[in-house]
This record gives sequence, C-alpha cells and structure tokens, in this order.
Amino acid sequence: MLHYLLSRLFAASLVLLGVVCLVFFLIHLVPGDPVDMMLGEAARPADREALRQALGLDQPLLAQLGQYLAGLLRLDLGHSLHDQRAIADILAERIPATVELALAALLVALLIAVPLGILAAVRKGSLWDHLAMGFSLAGVSIPNFWMGPLLILVFSLWLGWFPVSGREGPASVVLPALTLGSAMAAILARMIRSTLLEVLHEDYVRTARAKGLSEFQVVVRHALRNALLPVITLLGLQLGTLLGGAVITETIFSWPGVGLLTIDAIHSRDYPVVQACVLLISVSYVVVNVLTDLVYAWADPRIRLGEGD
Amino acid sequence: MQQPLLEVNHLTTWFDTREGKARVVDGNSFRIHRGETFALLGESGCGKSMTALSIMRLLPGQAQGNISGQVLLDGEDLLQLPEAAMRRVRGNRIAMIFQEPMTSLNPVLTVGEQIAEVLRRHRGLSGAALQRRLEELLAQVGIPAPRQRLGEYPHQLSGGMKQRVMIAIALAGEPDLLIADEPTTALDVTIQAQVLGLLKELQSQTGMAVLMITHDLGVVSEMVDRVAVMYAGQIVEQAGRADFFAQPQHPYSQKLFEALPDMDKRDRLLSVIPGSVPPLTQTFQGCRFAPRCHRAWELCHQREPQWLPAGEGRSVRCHLYDRRVPHPQQTGEAPQPLDLAHATTGEVLLEVRDLKVHFPIRKGLLKRVRGHVYAVDGVDLSLRHGQTLALVGESGCGKTTLGKSILQLLRPTAGEVCFQGEDLTRLRGEALRRRRRDFQIIFQDPFSSMNPRMMVGDIIAEGMQAQGIGGDREQRLARVDELLQQVGLKPEHKFKYPHEFSGGQRQRICIARTLAVNPKLIVCDEPTSALDVSVQAQILNLLRRLQQALRLSYLFITHDISVVSYLADDVAVMYLGRVVEQGPVGAILGEARHPYTRALLAAVPRVHADVPRQMVKLEGDPPSPMDPPAGCHFHPRCPQASAICRECYPEQRQVASGHWVRCHLYS
Repeated sequence: MLHYLLSRLFAASLVLLGVVCLVFFLIHLVPGDPVDMMLGEAARPADREALRQALGLDQPLLAQLGQYLAGLLRLDLGHSLHDQRAIADILAERIPATVELALAALLVALLIAVPLGILAAVRKGSLWDHLAMGFSLAGVSIPNFWMGPLLILVFSLWLGWFPVSGREGPASVVLPALTLGSAMAAILARMIRSTLLEVLHEDYVRTARAKGLSEFQVVVRHALRNALLPVITLLGLQLGTLLGGAVITETIFSWPGVGLLTIDAIHSRDYPVVQACVLLISVSYVVVNVLTDLVYAWADPRIRLGEGD
Repeated sequence: MQQPLLEVNHLTTWFDTREGKARVVDGNSFRIHRGETFALLGESGCGKSMTALSIMRLLPGQAQGNISGQVLLDGEDLLQLPEAAMRRVRGNRIAMIFQEPMTSLNPVLTVGEQIAEVLRRHRGLSGAALQRRLEELLAQVGIPAPRQRLGEYPHQLSGGMKQRVMIAIALAGEPDLLIADEPTTALDVTIQAQVLGLLKELQSQTGMAVLMITHDLGVVSEMVDRVAVMYAGQIVEQAGRADFFAQPQHPYSQKLFEALPDMDKRDRLLSVIPGSVPPLTQTFQGCRFAPRCHRAWELCHQREPQWLPAGEGRSVRCHLYDRRVPHPQQTGEAPQPLDLAHATTGEVLLEVRDLKVHFPIRKGLLKRVRGHVYAVDGVDLSLRHGQTLALVGESGCGKTTLGKSILQLLRPTAGEVCFQGEDLTRLRGEALRRRRRDFQIIFQDPFSSMNPRMMVGDIIAEGMQAQGIGGDREQRLARVDELLQQVGLKPEHKFKYPHEFSGGQRQRICIARTLAVNPKLIVCDEPTSALDVSVQAQILNLLRRLQQALRLSYLFITHDISVVSYLADDVAVMYLGRVVEQGPVGAILGEARHPYTRALLAAVPRVHADVPRQMVKLEGDPPSPMDPPAGCHFHPRCPQASAICRECYPEQRQVASGHWVRCHLYS
C-alpha cells in the first residue's frame, strides 16, 4: 500500500510539473504586455525598461520559468498586477470559501443521490424509479445559472429563509450548496442506479439471498458496497471540478471563492492571478485524483491486496 | 415408508416472454429422502437450475411469483410461506452452492465475514464462539491455516479454495438439504475430484441430503443414489443409480450415453440427437422429445406419455414402455463406421523444438521487468500428416499459449516451430501471412470469435480474400456454399448473422471458416468444451469426417480425457508449461507412467463404474507459472517425489516405442 501511495504521488508530481510549465508558456503566448498593463501605453521607455528589469521580464524565457518554479517551491506565486498584493495571500483568503462550498455541495449530493439511486434500482420500473429518474433528468438539464436565481427567488426573497448572497454565517452556504449539489446528485443518482442494477444481478448477491439474509442486508452490505466502487471515480472527478472553483455559482451568490477570483482576474486582465488560479485548479484536480485512487484502492481489496502494479 | 425430506409435487415455473409463457419447469415431481443424494441431470436450458431456484424461491425478479405446485420440506409447503419465514429456511434448512465459485463470493468482504453472516443469522453465534466455529468450518472443508484464511478476500484464493469456502458457507447453517448447482463444472478435473470427495465426506459426517444439479454423467455416476433426467423442462426418467447406469430407459437418456465420446467408439461416429431442443413457449401435444427421437411413432406425436413404472423405484415417461398400446416393429440404429485406415503418410508435418514463451512481468513506475511468467517452457512435439495430437492439461498449464505460439499468433521467446521443414519463427511479415493459409485455429467460444456485424458468408470468405485464393467473387460464393454444406449447414445460411445460430451451429461456421483456405493443420482449442454432450458429439463427428476426407492434421487442445480417448492418435500431457509425458493414445491412457498423468486420469469421473470407486485425489493446487518450483514442477504435489525431484528437472526418457516421459522414476 505504501509503495502504491509513493508511486502515485511521484506520478502526480510529474503531472504537476508539466502543468506548471504548460500554463507558464501559455500565459506568455497571450497577446499583450504586462508592462503596458501596469504603466499604460504612454509610459516612458526608460520607465518601461526599469519595470521590465524589476519583473525579470528582460531575461530569457527559460530563466524566467526557472525563477517562477523556484518561487513556487517557496509558495511565492508572484504579485497581483491589480493591487500588488502577494497572490499566495489572496488565494489563502479565497480557498477556505471554495473548500467549504465544495464539501457542502458534496454532502448535499450524496444525501440526495444515494437513497434515490438505491430506491430507483431496488424498485426498478416502479413509480419511485420514474420519479427518481425524472428528478435526475431535471437536475442534469437545469443549468446552474437558472437554478441559482430560482432558489434565491423562492428561499431568499419569498420565504426569507436564507441570505441572498455573500458568505456570512452557516446559513449562507445552503443555497449555493443546493445549486451545485443538485446537479451533481442528478448524475450520481443515475450512476448509482445503473451500477446497483448491474451488481444486483451478480452471483454473489444470489449467494447472499441464499443465505437467508434480509433484503436490506443483501442490498446494503453486499450490493451497495460493490456498486459504489465505480461511483468513487465519478465523485472524485466532480469534486476536483468543485475545488477549482465553481465559477458560475460563486458569481451568482457572490461567494468569495476561487471561482469568483478567477472571473474578476480575467475581467481586470490580472495575468499572474489568472495563472495562479489555473494552477490551483490543476493542483486540486491532480490531488483529488490521487486521493480518489487511494480511496478506491482502500475500498476494493482486489486492488489494495493485489499483486500491486 | 418414512416421510421424505423434500417432496416436490407438480412444480411449474414460467417466465412471461414476448412469445408467451415459457414453462421452464413443467409439472415436475420428485422426492428426496434424508441423507440421500439425488441428481437432476440434463443439458443446458432443460430447467434443472430453475427447478433448484424454484425450490429456494430465488428466481430472478420478474419470475418470482410464477411458481405453482408444492414444495414440501418435512411436510411444510415452502411455496406458501411468507417471505420472512422463507428466509429462515434459506441458508439454514436448505443451503445452496453454485457453479461459479469465482463470482459467487462477494469480492469486498472477507471470507470469514461471509461465513459469519450465516452463523449470526441462523445460529445466533457471536464473539469467541463465532470465531471458533468459523475456524472449525474452514478446517472441515479442508482449508489449511484457517485462522489466517478467515481474514483474506476471495481473490486471494484459488478456484478450488473458493468453492470450499462456498461449501463452508452452506455448511454453516447445518442444512438438512444442500443444493449443489453444477458445483464442479468450472473447476479442473483434479480439483473437481477434491471437491466431490469433500462433499461425500461431509455428507457422511452430517447426514444431509444433497440435490446435485449436473450435466455430467460421470459426476452422477460417482456421487448419487438416484437420478432424474430432465428434457425441455420435464423430468422424463427417474431411477436408482445402478439401474440407470445398467440400462437407461428413456430414448433421450440412452442417447446421452451414446453421444459420450469413448475409447471403445473410436472406430465409428458418435450417435447424435438430430435437431435442437424445442422452444418452451409452445403447448406440447405429444412427447416433447418425439421430433428428435429415433424410436418415435405417430402416438408419440399425438399423446403425451404418462409416468410408467419400470421396475423397483424407477419410472419413465415414454410410450415405449406402455404395454397397453401397440408398438411398431423397430430396428435399432446401426452406428456409422469410420474408415480408420485413413491415409497417414507418416511424414512429419509439424515439429516443435524447445519452444519457450515467457511473458515479462512489468512492475513499478518505470515498468521494469521484475520476473517472467513461464507459460511455455521448453516444449518438444511432433505431429504427423493426417493425425491428431491431443494436448492435455488443466487450466493455466500453458496449452492455449503453446497453441497460439505454434501458429505465431504469439511470437515465441525461443525455440523452433518447423512446419513442413520451414521454421515459422523465422518468418516475418508477408511471408508469414502467406504461410498462414496452411495452419488455422478454432476457438473455444465460437460466438466471440466471430465478428457479430459480419454475415456468415463474409466471415467464411474473408480468409480466401485475404489470401487471394478461391478465384473471383462468384467462385468464392460457390465455395462458401460448398463449405457450408460440408459442415452440415445450408447455403442460404450465408446471409445470416452469427447471433442467429445455436452454439453448435456457430462452431460449424468457425470450422467452415478455417476450411476455406484449405489448411493442412488446424489447432482446435477446446472446440467442444462450451457445448452440450449431444452437440459435442456432432462437432466431433464432423471433425473426424473432415479429417478423413481432407487429410487434415489436428492439434487438439483439451482438458477432456474422454474426447482425447475418442479422437487422438497421440497425446501430450502438459503441466506448468512443460510436457511431462507424451506418446500414442493407448499408451498414455492405458499405461500412463508419469504420476501427474496417472492422477489426472484417476480424477476423471467414470461413467460406467458399477460401484463408486475411491477417487484418487491430488492434493493442493497447481503452483504459479510465475514462480515454478525448482526441480520437477510437479514434486510438491507428487506422492512419489524423492530428493532428486526437488533439485533437478528430469530428462526426457523413452519408456516404450514413441512413449516419452519426464520423471526421475524412470531414469
């Protein structure tokens, strides 16, 4: 298991290095000069040159990359062009909000999807199944930018239960989490239903029934654990997306997370911040993927205890 | 007479299909007494498993309520019990084991947990008592180091061990009746012997009754007290073991015996049952076997036969045994003789020398080679023109790999494959491709070896096209017609798709496909092991007829000794990548020298045995080809191993003319 973990981590760090380099070069391909951006096009050549030197932009590209990488190792992501603050500090403010929202959305999704998926699979073809799949279809089809305002309209403006926007107090996370979670729940419920249906036809489920176990035990102990294995992968992918910042939902609810930061940085052409955000999205994807693999391996003894590869 | 343990009366189970009601079990009645072993014998689709699942009320979802009749367990009708009460019967009074031990255990739960569930549910055990009982059970089913095994997962066990765990699960509830649904069909013959031996032993210890569901006459003959033969959803004959094997009465039962390949039938074609099993959605008027029965007359097609007593404790459902109706005079069918003097020139067609196929095992991030699977490790073989060489061995011994590497479908690591004097391992690219028309292969599963989107005619003609033979399109089509007829199909079948055919027909198509390029050698890789015995007989007959007519040579890969005895000229026995013994079929089957060959032969259940004999059991599982034991690979399981066997691999010795063996006993 330890060997598995180390080899996964090593592979992940290679991926990250690749991503950093790629993002770095992409940003340099983007037309426009940061110096223009900071000083304006009317600035004097001498000033421009001075700034260029100060920013290290006069050096060869590879040397710049080396400096950038060295900075990354010290967690130095550079400074915002907008207000000169260290980007690491800006991110440190934003990440907790995004993580909170992502985890809340995940919880909502699981709370809805697991029971719904089980119900639909066990009562296949019944009214329950149709209702669950109808909900799922709606969840997949309704875009976040419609769902969000709808929830605000009903629960904030009409009922007044939750705040309209911002991040103040536990109540404020409910609506954004519902918005994100319901879309996720829809996909998850569908997946749980189909994997569970498959697993319910397996021989070992028949064995479990032949033991005289109750239907609840058969479904939960024997079928569900196996059915959830492929779901873990999907869950990981979705969580990776959420941690990169849910751009639309954060914008709708003015949720001060990484998504909102990214959008703002793009609008104000704050390239170093955009670069850092893209990097963060990649890092969270990679990290969540490694975690997913580990959880998967832990949950499936065939991988955990296999010959290992 | 004492009350039977299980009394099944007029059991009927049906599925609602688009074509109507399919009665998969149709009005069957039988009784099983305490301590007795009762077999339901029949070919696939005859309803024997459905009978078992109906008794357990474990039918697949849509058919759950579609059972009528009575299933009396000690006089109590299981079909009337509420589901909760039925759950107290399952795993407790009636336990069941299944065909596929690989898939019948839950992969994410430990072995101990899967047995413990039954003990908690039905025996109310917990804590130390539960632990003690778990270890007892594993020891009872012959699993070494039980304490350690309890914490393991199914994938860490071999197939035989998994089936032992299944048996332990079944035993945990201390059942009165064990239903064993093809319990050894997925296992190798030496492992089958172990498991059957274990079942017998446990039965004598616990006094439970066993309902054995099987297609294998050998298993019936070794294991059971009474047998019921099923055909198309109905039981057609019931008899005690001795009576049944002395003289089966129903024409279908008789045909099952006649279709079995056997050494004594080498000089003739096997008896076959024409046609196929009728669809069960129809309402039968007469006897449902009548359309395929060689002794049927008008009455059989008009009126369904009733049960007729046919001696002590036996009965049969056939008009032949009804003294009240007039029978037409009938003459027996004469078996079709085979001209065994088929011209073998004695000239060597294929010569394999020191062939090795090693697969590298790559591990770690950089995929470095950490070891090898020695799938084929130094094999010598030779096959003469017009003859059949059988390659025998258990799963994982490397026989399929050997077959593929001979055909260069897998490139060998070392060694030579001389085909008519030319070393195939040296051929590359176009030269090899051209040569391929001379050697073809038939696979075990005919369905998955054909492209489902191609029509049969195209499948057959493709080889000719690839090799640029058979003339133009017109001529090739004519050739396809001819080939289809040659394998017993019709020319119009060429416009159909593979899924429209039965298993036996598909294998015929595959044979036609190989024949299309006029090969000299055909590698047959278990071509009949997925088929029922009556269909197997048809395919074996076809292969023998073709061999005679076209002077084909076969390399016949199989694990089935009876098939070997019927059609092989020479036999090579493989164990863990090496041929341990080879020679003429008579010598190998009659005077086997190698301890492995002997154990293998002894493990095969005999069909005609008068008294069930003591099966010779080979202990343990075959070792892994990744890490073969030093010296003779067989020594850890060999009853006659000595010090030298652990150290060096024996040289090949000739013990009689053409009979070679690799064993220190003969050096």
